Amino acid sequence: MIWNEYIECMDREKLTKLQSERLSAMLERLYFNVPFYRKLFQEKGIEPGDIKSVEQLKYLPFTTKQDLRDNYPFGLFAVPNSEIVRIHASSGTTGKPTVVGYTRKDINTWSEVVARTLTAAGAGKNDVLQIAYGYGLFTGGLGIHYGAEKIGAAVIPISGGNTQRQLQLMKDFGSTILACTPSYAMFLAEAMYEANMSIDSFKLKAGIFGAEPWTEEMRNVIETSLKIKALDIYGLSEVIGPGVASECYHQQGLHIFEDHFIPEVIDPNTLEVLPYGQVGELVFTCITKEALPLLRYRTHDLTVLNADKCTCGRTIVRMQKCLGRTDDMLIIRGVNVFPSQIEAVLLEMSETRPQYLIIVDRKNNLDLMEIWVEVEGQFFSDEIKKLESLKRKIQHNIESTLGISASVKLVEPKTIERSEGKAKRVIDKRKLKLG
Amino acid sequence: MIIKQLSVFLENKSGRLTEVTEAIASANINISAFSIADSDDYGVLRLILNKPEEAEKILKAKNFSVSITDVVGLVVPNEPGGLHRALSILSAEGISVEYMYAFALSNSATVIIRTESIEQTISILQKNKMQLIKTSDIYEI
Repeated sequence: MIWNEYIECMDREKLTKLQSERLSAMLERLYFNVPFYRKLFQEKGIEPGDIKSVEQLKYLPFTTKQDLRDNYPFGLFAVPNSEIVRIHASSGTTGKPTVVGYTRKDINTWSEVVARTLTAAGAGKNDVLQIAYGYGLFTGGLGIHYGAEKIGAAVIPISGGNTQRQLQLMKDFGSTILACTPSYAMFLAEAMYEANMSIDSFKLKAGIFGAEPWTEEMRNVIETSLKIKALDIYGLSEVIGPGVASECYHQQGLHIFEDHFIPEVIDPNTLEVLPYGQVGELVFTCITKEALPLLRYRTHDLTVLNADKCTCGRTIVRMQKCLGRTDDMLIIRGVNVFPSQIEAVLLEMSETRPQYLIIVDRKNNLDLMEIWVEVEGQFFSDEIKKLESLKRKIQHNIESTLGISASVKLVEPKTIERSEGKAKRVIDKRKLKLG
Repeated sequence: MIIKQLSVFLENKSGRLTEVTEAIASANINISAFSIADSDDYGVLRLILNKPEEAEKILKAKNFSVSITDVVGLVVPNEPGGLHRALSILSAEGISVEYMYAFALSNSATVIIRTESIEQTISILQKNKMQLIKTSDIYEI
């Protein structure tokens, strides 16, 4: 199902024209309302009228998370505070939180793109939507909430955490759609199994999972254990929150709602725009946002864009499931390693579950990678030689996938912190030493 | 004749073993025999208990990885050649021992043996008139 067929299936030429109009209006607002951008434009000798089409976007400067921090809290807002109706902020684990604001119109835009996301996931007014994303300053909970109300679904605003209650309400209220992080979906499936609850007593049919990168293997595990269609959704608060892009039932990439957010993929080192089909860092320009219209915002997420028409009929550009983050990427002995690769290795093996922690350290100028893997009850053999051979097998598979060796440590179940939000998968001790 | 042995996966960190023994003790379950096999960073604790299933539940609830393994309990005379006679029988029949542990009382010794095929092991030992411990006798070991 398609919520806004006019836009989502629009002829690409027509769409580009719409984007160009919106882009030049946005640049005008930036120039006149945001001193930060006016200064940037003046330094580059750009005036609002100079840019008339999306093609010229590549000549404009980027915006980074640091720019948001430097202008904390409201310095990049393009409207007076009287127009702001909502403020969200990131957790700010490194320094100040990232603050984002919304006008009434922005909230409507947000509801619209989330309505598209939910409709693509098969949700409609007869559905019961359990929102297990956190409510509050995090955009996940409230973002999905407004879109869900817009399509007329029955919303359970349960927020994150309290797993036992999640399962009980999911069963008693007959939730049909689950919205949470993929790692929390895994956690719920695990808790269901441990509580001896049969998935057949639930009515779940689909899940919209986002806020962290996850692999196809993890999708298989979730789809099998929860008997649902597991769909990837993508969003970030700087752009709007959830609802920037989402998968349809064909699961062939995430449809980017580019009538609001223009995507580009760049080489993170040279900052050159890359053609569709090449892997690079995703960049967004929020052409319709009033409160915080960021220009070429660097997401640090790695993906590939594809403008081919999807089997579902949508013509808007698709992004491949995120391959990782430029800042999640570990460089170990000169080799690029993404946590998602380790996860994929563990998921491919029938003897392990994807509960892992990567610990990177440096001894005698040599990078060392240790991977902790939990020994789950069902895979536990009481013979040391079998455990040792499991360990060697994990080691071997990691080495053949990554091309570098890692030591594996088998640990007790639940040793590795379970996420009710985003999963912590890496401890890089090298950073601690440098910092 | 099959004895249910409870095995527990333990990381090598201090206090972990005590947590297991404490959980078992507070459920009033008796440990008749045990052994620990260890590697660099973890160990496997194997226990012969009077209530293995109950202990399994308790430890699972405490997030331990546990499993129940079938083993056989063999009684051999506490004298030179006692163990050798029993093992010769198994070896002659091509049964290989995965692991074993034993303890001696005054006149006899009890050996807990794990093989790939426990039922076959039991029938061979019985055919050769070796004395095995009955499940119901576990308390008496």
